Amino acid sequence: MSTVATDIQKAVEDAAAHLYVWALKDIPQDLRDAIRDARERETSVPGQRVLDTIIRNVAIADDRTTLVCQDTGIAVYYCRVGEHFPLHPARIYEALYDGTERATVEHPLRSNTVHTLTRENTGQNVGYRVPIVHWDFVPDWDGLDVKCVPKGSGSENMSFLKMCVPADGVAGIKRFVLDSIVNAGGKPCPPGIVGVGIGGSADYAMHLAKEAIARPVGTRNPDPEVAKLEEELYGLLNETGIGPMGLGGDVTVLQCHIEHADTHMTLNPVAVNYQCWAARRASAHIAADGTVDFDREA
Amino acid sequence: MADRKITFPADEETIRSLRAGDSVHVDGHIIGIRDRTQIRIFDQGVEPPMDFSGAFLLHTAPGVRKIGPGKYAPVSIGTTTSARMVRFTEPLGRDYGVRAICGKGGLPDEAIEPMKRYGMVYFAIVGGAAALETTQIEEIEEVAWEELMPECLWKFRVKDFGPLTVGIDAHGTSLFHDVQEAAKKRLEDLYARL
Ligand code: SF4
Repeated sequence: MSTVATDIQKAVEDAAAHLYVWALKDIPQDLRDAIRDARERETSVPGQRVLDTIIRNVAIADDRTTLVCQDTGIAVYYCRVGEHFPLHPARIYEALYDGTERATVEHPLRSNTVHTLTRENTGQNVGYRVPIVHWDFVPDWDGLDVKCVPKGSGSENMSFLKMCVPADGVAGIKRFVLDSIVNAGGKPCPPGIVGVGIGGSADYAMHLAKEAIARPVGTRNPDPEVAKLEEELYGLLNETGIGPMGLGGDVTVLQCHIEHADTHMTLNPVAVNYQCWAARRASAHIAADGTVDFDREA
Repeated sequence: MADRKITFPADEETIRSLRAGDSVHVDGHIIGIRDRTQIRIFDQGVEPPMDFSGAFLLHTAPGVRKIGPGKYAPVSIGTTTSARMVRFTEPLGRDYGVRAICGKGGLPDEAIEPMKRYGMVYFAIVGGAAALETTQIEEIEEVAWEELMPECLWKFRVKDFGPLTVGIDAHGTSLFHDVQEAAKKRLEDLYARL
């Protein structure tokens, strides 16, 4: 699908409004394939029942164009902004905010945002510092990529950080990831994607863990050492036996993705961010002339 | 592991005939509740204006559309994480005769004893499967405490609601407990391989 708009801020707003609803209704093909594979591998009866139900649920959402899951999440966007893109990030933020709000009112979608102390609802899935937007800037380019990841609370509540010490080594990282997923049990709607962030600082490790869950399912980190650790953890996590919805089984996670950053010589942070089976995401590429190309798979 | 069909409200004998791991589909009436609803009942001491005897309680904050005074149509009805509400299990069984609690992710071990004592079960639903769940709700028949929206007391009429898995039965077996115990044992082996 492709649209052309003359007003670039309006184009970004329209794209955001479309992405939010689309992500909630139509999950990416790589995720569908991962769920099917999981069903083929699963041998426990309750586990098979869960995966069959998930597959049926996705089919019903397709047929009736309804939401895959009731939790419309907290709206998170990842932006890659080209150096020559004709709209300043301050205005891109406004457009994402307005688009999220409009989608919530027009659909209508359940609004989840509340003031963190008073717990009063602050708006239509928007509020102070919500939506949450992450930025990357790209030299020598005039485009904008926007990825929308509505993040459900059941899985977000299963986020964990540990400041391992360097002497804990890689074994300490692995152990913390395993312990986190066993403790989470059935709460984050397994099987899902385990995002792991390693290195950087405390806050940056968690940022990286979140970035990891937003990747297409089963993609590997370009650093071969990190990719090897992804494979190893993926295997180990599925040996825990937690299974679909924590009812026991062979498939506890659909994937393990890791993002990393260099760190201080005395730091060894590891962060875990869980993404449930309803790992919703949708992307758009916006050209400098306002042409929008939507891409469910990015 | 049997496949069962149960109509709610249900009696104690029916509930005690269920075993952990059984698959269940439900007909009849179920009641939607959540954190704030139960805080009002148990912490603020307000009597619920619905009959809970033999009831099936669903942990939910439904997405609905208002179609008239006190009347709502389902938009997207799903289920929330149960563990937060475990402390209400005992009084729900003891004081109100609730027979089933349904949610996602399981209840911690402190629910096992009261379920055994009062003849209750925990049904594990597939979390996130709201598209399917919504089609199994025939009608929202009643809503009380609308000011708690969406955490009101809801009465739904359902048909073939499920599949649900008996996660904790009335005989002291909890799949969640067993899975955690087994996982902790496996972790010891896994640690040795790190
Ligand atoms: S954890 Fe995910 S699948 Fe489960 S209810 Fe929340 S958003 Fe839906």
